[in-house]
Amino acid sequence: MHMGADITKIDHNDGICARYLPNRISMTNDVSALHLVLSGDAALFAIVRLSLYVSLSAVVLAALIGIPLGAWIALTRFPGRQGVIVLLNALMGLPPVVVGLAVYLALSRSGPLGAFGLLFTPSAMIVAQTVLVMPIIAALTRQTIEDLWLEYRDELTAMNLGPLGRVAALIWDARFSLVTALLAGFGRAAAEVGAIMIVGGNIEGFTRTMTTAIALETSKGDLPLAVGLGLVLIVIVIAVNALAWSVRRAGERLAG
Amino acid sequence: MTMRAPSSELPIEFDGVTVAAGGVTILDQITLTLAQGRPTVLIGPNGSGKSTLLRLAMGLLAPSRGRITWGGLDNVPPLKRAIVFQHPAMLRRSASANLRFALRAAGIPRAEHARRVDELLELVGLQALGNRAARRLSGGERQRLALARALARDPAVLFLDEPTASLDPIATKAVEDIIRAVSERNIKVVMATHDLGEARRLAGDIVMLHRGGIVERGAAPAFFDTPQTSEARAFLAGELLI
Repeated sequence: MHMGADITKIDHNDGICARYLPNRISMTNDVSALHLVLSGDAALFAIVRLSLYVSLSAVVLAALIGIPLGAWIALTRFPGRQGVIVLLNALMGLPPVVVGLAVYLALSRSGPLGAFGLLFTPSAMIVAQTVLVMPIIAALTRQTIEDLWLEYRDELTAMNLGPLGRVAALIWDARFSLVTALLAGFGRAAAEVGAIMIVGGNIEGFTRTMTTAIALETSKGDLPLAVGLGLVLIVIVIAVNALAWSVRRAGERLAG
Repeated sequence: MTMRAPSSELPIEFDGVTVAAGGVTILDQITLTLAQGRPTVLIGPNGSGKSTLLRLAMGLLAPSRGRITWGGLDNVPPLKRAIVFQHPAMLRRSASANLRFALRAAGIPRAEHARRVDELLELVGLQALGNRAARRLSGGERQRLALARALARDPAVLFLDEPTASLDPIATKAVEDIIRAVSERNIKVVMATHDLGEARRLAGDIVMLHRGGIVERGAAPAFFDTPQTSEARAFLAGELLI
C-alpha cells in the first residue's frame, strides 16, 4: 500500500516540482545538505546504510553465482555456447526497470515466488539487484578466465593438473581482474534506481535507499536531503573507483 | 635434485607415428627411439615438425596413426616428464610462487617446498629474484625460471622447445649451462633448436627433421663432420631449406 501511495505522490509531484524547482535551488539548500551529511543526520545515514547493505549483498550473491558460471562457460564446450555468450554480454546492459518489473511479477502474491512474501522488502531489492549484477560479473569472469586459459592451457596440461586444480589456478590468477568485475557490479547496483523502486517500494525507514530517496525528495522539493544523499552517493562511487584503480595497480606490481 | 637412476620413462619409442590435422601432414611416419644418455637435439627449419614431435613425446598430443611407448608402455601419464615451451606462460605470481605451484601440482609434500624452492632458484641463479613477479622478469630470467619450474617435477626426461630463441649471448650461455648441469644429473634432455651453434655445443646425438620427416640422424660429431644427405649438407652450409 505504501508503495502505491509513494508512486502516486511522485507522479503527482513531478509537475509541481518542475514548476517550483528554479526558485528553490539556493545556497541555503546546499549548505543545509552539507550540514545534514557532516552532522551525521540519523535519517540520512539509515538510508545510506540500507543502500550499502542491499547493494553489497547483491554483489556477494551475484559473485557466488556469476564467478563459477562464468568460469564454467569459459572452460566448457557445449552446443549453443556462442549464443549463451552473446546473451550474457547482452544481459550486462539490462534496463533496471525491466528487471524490477520481472522480479515484481515473480514475487507478487500471485507470482511463482509470491508465497515467500518478499515483495516490498530489502530482500526483494537484493534479488532484483542480484539479477541485474550477476550477468556483469559472469560475462567479465568468462572473458577473463577464457583469455587466461588460452595462455595457461599448455602449462597446466603439462603439469598434469586436474580440472579442479585448473579452475582454482585460473580464478586465483584472475583475482585482480575479478575484483574489478565485482566493483563494476557494485557500481551498477549502487547507482540504479528503477529496479529497487519497483520491488522495494521506497518505504520510509524500510526500503528507502539513496537513489530512490533522491528521486522522491527531488520531486517533493526537499532538496537538502536529495543533495546530501547525492553527495554521499558520489563520494561512494568515487571511492569504489579509486579502490578498483588501486587494486589493479597493486595487482600489476605483485603479480605482473 | 639428486642423481637419478635410469627411469622407466625411457626409452621413448615412436613407431610409424603420423600427425595430420586439417588435411595437412605435420609429421609423417616417424620411427625414432629416444634413449638415456646425452642430450638429443632436434634440428630443422621452422615448420619441420620439431615442436609437434616434442609434444608427442611429452604426451600432450596423440598421434593420428602409429604408436608411442614410454619404457615399453602406452599412455604413461607425464608424471616424470616435463617440458619448457618456446614461449613459457608465467603464472601471475612471484617467481617462488610459480615454483611452489609446480611442486604442488607434482604432488611433492608441502614440508619440502621451501627447501626445494631455494634449491631450484639457486640452480638457475635466481636466488635474489624469488619475490619478483614472474611476468616482470627479463626474457632470460623468465626462461631460467621456466627451466626451474619444469625441474620442480623432478623429471626423468626434460623437453625443451627452442629454449634460447630470442635470448642474447649472455642469457643463452646461462640457459645452456643449466641444460648441461641438468644432463649431468642423468636427466634426459630432448631439445629442439634451429640454432646450429647451440646444437654443436649441447648435442649428444642429432635428429634432423625436414617437412615432417626425419632426413638424418646420428651421433653429433659424425653428423656435423660427415653429413650423409643433401638436405643436411645444405642445412649445415647455411643454405635456406624450403
